[in-house]
Amino acid sequence: MSYLQKSPWIIHYDASSCNGCDIEVLACLTPLYDVERFGILNTGNPKHADIFVITGGVNEINKEVVQNIYEQMPHPKVVVAVGICACSGGVFRECYNISGGVATVIPVDVYVPGCAARPESIIDGIVQALGILEQKRHAMNAGVEGTV
Amino acid sequence: MSKQIIVPFGPQHPVLPEPIHLDLVLEDERVVEAIPSIGYVHRGLEKLVEKRDYKDYVFISERICGICSFIHGATYCQGVEQIMGIEIPRRAEFLRAIWSEYSRMHSHLLWLGCFADGMGYENLFMNCWKVREKILDVLERTTGGRVIQGVNRVGGVSRDMDAAELKRILSEIPSLRDDFTELTRIFDEDLTVQTRTKGIGILPKDKAWDLGAVGPVIRGSGHAVDVRSTGYGAYDELDFKPVVRDEADCYARCMVRAEELFTSLDLIENAIDRIPAGDIMVPVKGNPSGEYYARAEQPRGEVIHYVKANGKKNLARHRVRTPTLANVPALVQMLAGCELADVPVIVLTIDPCIGCMER
Repeated sequence: MSYLQKSPWIIHYDASSCNGCDIEVLACLTPLYDVERFGILNTGNPKHADIFVITGGVNEINKEVVQNIYEQMPHPKVVVAVGICACSGGVFRECYNISGGVATVIPVDVYVPGCAARPESIIDGIVQALGILEQKRHAMNAGVEGTV
Repeated sequence: MSKQIIVPFGPQHPVLPEPIHLDLVLEDERVVEAIPSIGYVHRGLEKLVEKRDYKDYVFISERICGICSFIHGATYCQGVEQIMGIEIPRRAEFLRAIWSEYSRMHSHLLWLGCFADGMGYENLFMNCWKVREKILDVLERTTGGRVIQGVNRVGGVSRDMDAAELKRILSEIPSLRDDFTELTRIFDEDLTVQTRTKGIGILPKDKAWDLGAVGPVIRGSGHAVDVRSTGYGAYDELDFKPVVRDEADCYARCMVRAEELFTSLDLIENAIDRIPAGDIMVPVKGNPSGEYYARAEQPRGEVIHYVKANGKKNLARHRVRTPTLANVPALVQMLAGCELADVPVIVLTIDPCIGCMER
């Protein structure tokens, strides 16, 4: 039983989202939903984080920032794309500056669609991410190639 | 004379929910100059107007920003309705005003929370967001969406509130007023808040005017500038008086927003008293032709939607001047000469909405 199994730390980055999903991610931490009571904390430091919650369709200038944060996170790590923009580009898919989803830049493990994604579905996505995090940790401990 | 160093601030920073980058030129702990660089949330959505039907584009304009989404949608609709010569039903204008005020309260509470968090006062942050959920409940009940409502249409609004709903809203207002009184008292009297805000980030009255600040930033520096007093939409029938403070520091800007919570409640009560019966939407035929500047007061200040159409189903141009962009020159002015540790608090007092600013 690992502490990671129940209480991951999260880093949130807004990669060209409209804010709608960002404030819903923040709302998950506040008294009505309160995921902090399970020890799920929002950290600003990529090196403290287990789960990368990312919103928005990722524009040109953000590609590098997103990759940078992802690479700084220690293994095992899980990426949750929150909101339809992060999943596929959403209504902004046709914009000249949007790459069309987080998956075009870094590997995504969990997709949470919605515009804006509701706190309930964001929490559900994080819970799914916990399972994936655990699998990745086992694979890492077993020495599977490509997991470290 | 000490050596100057440059400290990068952002784009990914714990106090910033959104990415913005500032290069802070420091002499010891004092900021000499702040150089902003933006572009992390630029999506280029104004260009989308050429690809989408002007009626569908309402939904894109609501997604300029997820915090002030309702007012963006309503202002875009105002512009298009004006060039098409559509007179929307009075009831729809009142409903827009009610929802606008609810989104203003949700935005201000969100900001007060983030501001408290920026000062390290996490308990207050949680309390503000707890009250904010009550506002979101009303928005969800009446429109179906928590942060993005999607009820604006060219020609009116798509959802009505029945008499029972209006009565329910009225009955909830006293308890909201109590919550706001308690929150405002903390911001007004608490020593932590006072020491972090009073006399910090001064924006002198004349500078605020010269730099073209808008919204709570200019109202915190003693100018009664509020587009709602021009009486657009239903505001001509509502009793509105802008909130103005003279201190011109972070505390003033904070208190303007706190007091505006009460103004919004009064306006909602007012609007429910006077809302006329009738339709909520008129049918819209044909394509627009012409150009118009639509103005409205957002939580962060004046927003301008410029729309230009040439008789096709796609508009020729849509340009948005958002309040945050107008307040950035004022922010640079406030930052010069402050201490490094005060930078997060000062940046927050313009209520930066990067999603709006860069679109």
